[in-house]
Amino acid sequence: MSIRERLSGNEAVAYAMKQINPDVMGAYPITPSTEIPQYFSAYVDNGEVDTEFIAVESEHSAMSTCIGAEAAGCRAISATSSCGLIYMAEMLYVAASDRLPITLAVSCRALSGPININNDHSDAMAVRDAGWLMLFAETNQEAYDNYLQAMRIGEAVSLPIMICQDGFITSHAIENIELEETEAVRKFVGEYKPQHYLLNKDEPMAVGPYSTPVYYMETKRAQAQAMLDAKDVIKKVADEFAAWTGRQYGLIEKYEMDDAEEAIIIIGSSAGTAREAIKQLRAQGKKVGMIKIRSFRPFPAEEIADALKNVKAFAAMDKDDSFNAHCGPIFAETCAGLYANGISGPKGISYIYGLGGRDVRVESIQHVFADLEKIAKTGDVGETYRYLDVRE
Amino acid sequence: MAYNLKENVMKEDRFTGGHRMCAGCGCPIAVRTVLRALEPEDHAVVCSATCCLEVSSFMYPYTSYKDSFIHNAFENAAATLSGVETAYHAMKKRGKLDATYKFIAFGGDGGTYDIGFQSLSGAMERGHDMVYVCYDNEAYMNTGIQRSSSTPHFADTTTTPVGKVVPGKPQQKKNLTKIMVAHGIPYVAQTTFIGNFKDITEKSHKAIYTPGAAFLNVMAPCPRGWRYPSEKLMEITKLAVETCVWPLYEVIEGKYILSYKPKNKLPVEEYLKAQGRFAHMFKPGNEWMIEEVQKEVDKNWEDLLKLCDLDR
Repeated sequence: MSIRERLSGNEAVAYAMKQINPDVMGAYPITPSTEIPQYFSAYVDNGEVDTEFIAVESEHSAMSTCIGAEAAGCRAISATSSCGLIYMAEMLYVAASDRLPITLAVSCRALSGPININNDHSDAMAVRDAGWLMLFAETNQEAYDNYLQAMRIGEAVSLPIMICQDGFITSHAIENIELEETEAVRKFVGEYKPQHYLLNKDEPMAVGPYSTPVYYMETKRAQAQAMLDAKDVIKKVADEFAAWTGRQYGLIEKYEMDDAEEAIIIIGSSAGTAREAIKQLRAQGKKVGMIKIRSFRPFPAEEIADALKNVKAFAAMDKDDSFNAHCGPIFAETCAGLYANGISGPKGISYIYGLGGRDVRVESIQHVFADLEKIAKTGDVGETYRYLDVRE
Repeated sequence: MAYNLKENVMKEDRFTGGHRMCAGCGCPIAVRTVLRALEPEDHAVVCSATCCLEVSSFMYPYTSYKDSFIHNAFENAAATLSGVETAYHAMKKRGKLDATYKFIAFGGDGGTYDIGFQSLSGAMERGHDMVYVCYDNEAYMNTGIQRSSSTPHFADTTTTPVGKVVPGKPQQKKNLTKIMVAHGIPYVAQTTFIGNFKDITEKSHKAIYTPGAAFLNVMAPCPRGWRYPSEKLMEITKLAVETCVWPLYEVIEGKYILSYKPKNKLPVEEYLKAQGRFAHMFKPGNEWMIEEVQKEVDKNWEDLLKLCDLDR
């Protein structure tokens, strides 16, 4: 039986953590993810979980303690945002190469500078090549649901996993949410039983070797394989989750894509705004749709290419800029996916939007669709690298 | 039980031979001696910062450690091992583990005094039941002898080369041992290789078996960086102690205890002249440098005697 509640996204994630009752949490405060370790330490101090909580002196140490704890044979978790995620970046790569399925909750926030505490995806996108699985949530419900599925996915392929949501927009806004019974959560998530671990007295183990050119590349190839394998695991875990809760997830979500001629590809909370914009445009008879990416790592290149194959024009919406004088990361990956799948029909543009908490309104998205309509009609793509709602 | 060198070296080594550290390096001696202080029935998880030790003792697919071992990065051996130690308590609490484990981290002075200082300070402040061992060779030796905050005054390194204007490192060595004492942890000690290894062995045992966080600072000379013939290692450490450049002491629950007081404190030249990194101090006109170092050593020694209540 689901339980109806009203929670912020941070609280929903903290509640999922409490239900799972992991072995070790190492965390450090940073806006807007601070509430997660804050809620969690209250659970610890009130005896509602028996997790060991390490209040470390930095995010770098937060991820370092997680690496130590997970290698030791425990389920380790953390939470962070923005500069904190970048500060632990060095350790993110190590966690992935050591094949430690740590779970990290990220409440996405802009990176300095200039310093800004509001939402965009520049933090998560900056570590997109660290070797972590990355699931993004549109709503508080999705943040909770993704968290419940995270350990099943990460532990199946021995890769760490980030559960990303939008700072403040979902992390602090309170929404209706359906929570699952703790007993059912624990049954679904299961016990962590690593094959090899440091604290196995019958089999000492060494982690983190110096790897010469003779071995380094094979390590990376094995990591790449785990990421490839993760696509099926994410789908399988999502199906099991749907059978339990009735809430179905995939690598992407398609909205009004069946006959769409113009489409946007988007990630995170702005998908909600886009859905409303699409509803209004559909009411005017416009054939518009949306692809929402849930799994950014692994990147669902085939699924996106397949969903886009019949559209005339698309915009990849990036809440982050690669500063490559040409496009955002979602556009780059989408185009690579189209090319690799032999699809060259759709015309595409890259839109950078919502940086540092710049409000994303229904009209903002409709403006993008107006651009796409023009491109679809004229066949002239014009400038492919565009900024939305900016004073120039 | 009284210390007996023969009995001690008969214990099985937990750090095996065949590693790739240089002949005449103090580090592997420190590691082997510290690990030998473990009670044979106890398990351990050893952690190393990225350093000479790590790249020479755990090159895939070989490891020199008989115990479980983890290397993470340069600056976070203390944080990494505090995660392992916390996992141990979590597993014990949940009935998943019935063995006794001890936790020992190793880092060079770069990974301890400098880049790993925050991680170390955090782990010590949180009071994890672990020992952090600094093998102090007074510069970044793994990258080719660059100065650290542990490098002594006037030493010639590749980033404080003796030049026409600047005669080696302008600053004095940071006193990390005292900073660790200021953390209020139950056990801090400074040691090196002397005589029959009684001092380092006993301090290692105390550091490992004192509940809570412990810090051990081991002077571990580097023949490449300090420029001494590799067979002279034990002479260098003895001179460091006899000149009071590296006094042997321990601090138990905040109480300073001097481990050894030289009968005749040797002049600092005796230590300096044995090493190529100080050779420029002996050139005519540079006598002031030796005088300055002597004053610094004397002051530090007097301060230590005061802390040990031995100044009267």
